[in-house]
Amino acid sequence: MTPLAITFLIVAILVIWGGLAASAVYLTRRPELEDYPTGGIDDHREDDAPAIRDT
Amino acid sequence: MATHEGAPAAAPAREQWSGQVGFILSAIGSAVGLGNIWRFPGVAYENGGGAFLIPYIVALLSAGIPILFLDYAIGHRFRGSAPLSLRRLGGRPLEALGWFQVAIAFVISLYYTAVIAWALSYFIFSFDLRWGDDPAGFLQGDYLQVSDPGVSLQFVPGVLIPLALVWIATLLVLGAGVAKGLERANVIFLPLLVVGFLVLVVRALFLEGADVGLNALFTPDFAALADPNVWIAAYSQIFFSLSIAFGIMITYASYRRRRANLTAPGLVVAFANSSFEILAGIGVFATLGFFAVQQGVAVGELEGLTGVGLSFVTFPAIVSQMPGGPLFGALFFGSLTLAGFTSLISVLQVVSAGVQEKFGLSRWQATLGIGGTAAILSVLLFSTTTGLLALDVVDNWANNVGIVGSAVLTTILVIWVLRKGPELQHHLNTVSTFRVGRVWIVLVGGLVPVLLGYMLLSRIITLLVEGYAGYPTSYLGVFGWGTIGLIVVAAAVLTVLPWRANREPFTAWPPYSARSTSSSRTPLQGGRR
Repeated sequence: MTPLAITFLIVAILVIWGGLAASAVYLTRRPELEDYPTGGIDDHREDDAPAIRDT
Repeated sequence: MATHEGAPAAAPAREQWSGQVGFILSAIGSAVGLGNIWRFPGVAYENGGGAFLIPYIVALLSAGIPILFLDYAIGHRFRGSAPLSLRRLGGRPLEALGWFQVAIAFVISLYYTAVIAWALSYFIFSFDLRWGDDPAGFLQGDYLQVSDPGVSLQFVPGVLIPLALVWIATLLVLGAGVAKGLERANVIFLPLLVVGFLVLVVRALFLEGADVGLNALFTPDFAALADPNVWIAAYSQIFFSLSIAFGIMITYASYRRRRANLTAPGLVVAFANSSFEILAGIGVFATLGFFAVQQGVAVGELEGLTGVGLSFVTFPAIVSQMPGGPLFGALFFGSLTLAGFTSLISVLQVVSAGVQEKFGLSRWQATLGIGGTAAILSVLLFSTTTGLLALDVVDNWANNVGIVGSAVLTTILVIWVLRKGPELQHHLNTVSTFRVGRVWIVLVGGLVPVLLGYMLLSRIITLLVEGYAGYPTSYLGVFGWGTIGLIVVAAAVLTVLPWRANREPFTAWPPYSARSTSSSRTPLQGGRR
């Protein structure tokens, strides 16, 4: 490969895969907010359809 | 059941992802599709090579991620599929836009399934290199048995059987639900796809001529940056690749619990999608380099560098010449199948969720009703001798007119007309760890509609003036413009039909400032049913 092509291959990897790594690290360190406004608590019902006729 | 603001006791709870990781994997599975493997490498090569990275990254940051956040905000705040969320956001006109998106998803699912069926067939064919010395002839003749443009009911069993299998698998996943179906499928298939594709890329890098291919892909042509079409190509690639603006991410975000981080996972999803594209670029062009060296030609002289041609003609030809070709072919077509399948289930969930919520159907009722209808239409249209031609035309119109039109309408109506930008920005920032500033509204309300509006208009004019790929005008009228017409009619009819569920007043959470209180509490406008 030519030095120019290698340079752009490395830049692509650094920017895009680096962006993935950075956003993953960011999310790991700040997975959720500590404080939310009141309300907004779900009544979780895993895999029940969101429809009235579902029984 | 406790009553919370925004979660009236009368409203049944929504299905949910099991957690943040399940959502992220599912969203990545949706975004990483056929286009990542067969479209990005060729588009990058044809639009400046290494220099294409610059408009590509600009497009990712200025349009892709902002629209992704817009979809997340709408679905998460208004807790529904595209029609329900958009109705709660802006009443009946916006509900029509939601059904427009659902109809696009329905149409796309019809032919997307067919391509996955082809990939599944070729996965099997790889083991004995069944395409022989003439992959192009095999594809159009032996396998698809392509005839002249028209409508044929002459079924091709070689396509019909895998197509039926794909539909059965899809319906089973959809019927199993969000966590036990969609999420579980992605948790299994996405890692399998990444590992399988990584093995393929490593193998490709050790082929003779791999460096020739990578030189071709990554050597920059800076002059291309002065060409507006290169920038349009970059925005198109990002736009079509991220599964945005036709309901998928609205629907997926609606299954996140209310107290859920949106933007930071969104960044992971967007960069993961682009990371897979870079990986695909390396794998595909290293392989093409090998082929070019074997043929004694330059990479630029090869035909079929994108789409169906790349996957089902060029790659089989390469596999035939390669040591260990059958395994390489199986990895490639297995990857295509998995990437396509994890996207397909997200496309159909848009349709299933839409009808469940409006007509009060159970998940299985919706799956069997809508999925069954789609399966029959898909088999009728795309497992016949005219399937390839119909697919080509429907795909072009559904994407370039349908999805782009949907994005333009969404941004104009939500940001310009209804002025919901500040409310949605407030929503993102109240639940997320990565805050978005006013620039986000400027991008989704300014740059995106202008740029995509230009793309849409120029494409429509080109299609009207020049036609498409030499097909007869009448054929384009039926399968191209006719598809758009059907989508519009379906959107209108589904909007007019009365709501049988989700009729109770809805209060968005978190509360927004007094200035917009009237719009955050929406008694499901049009509740005059």
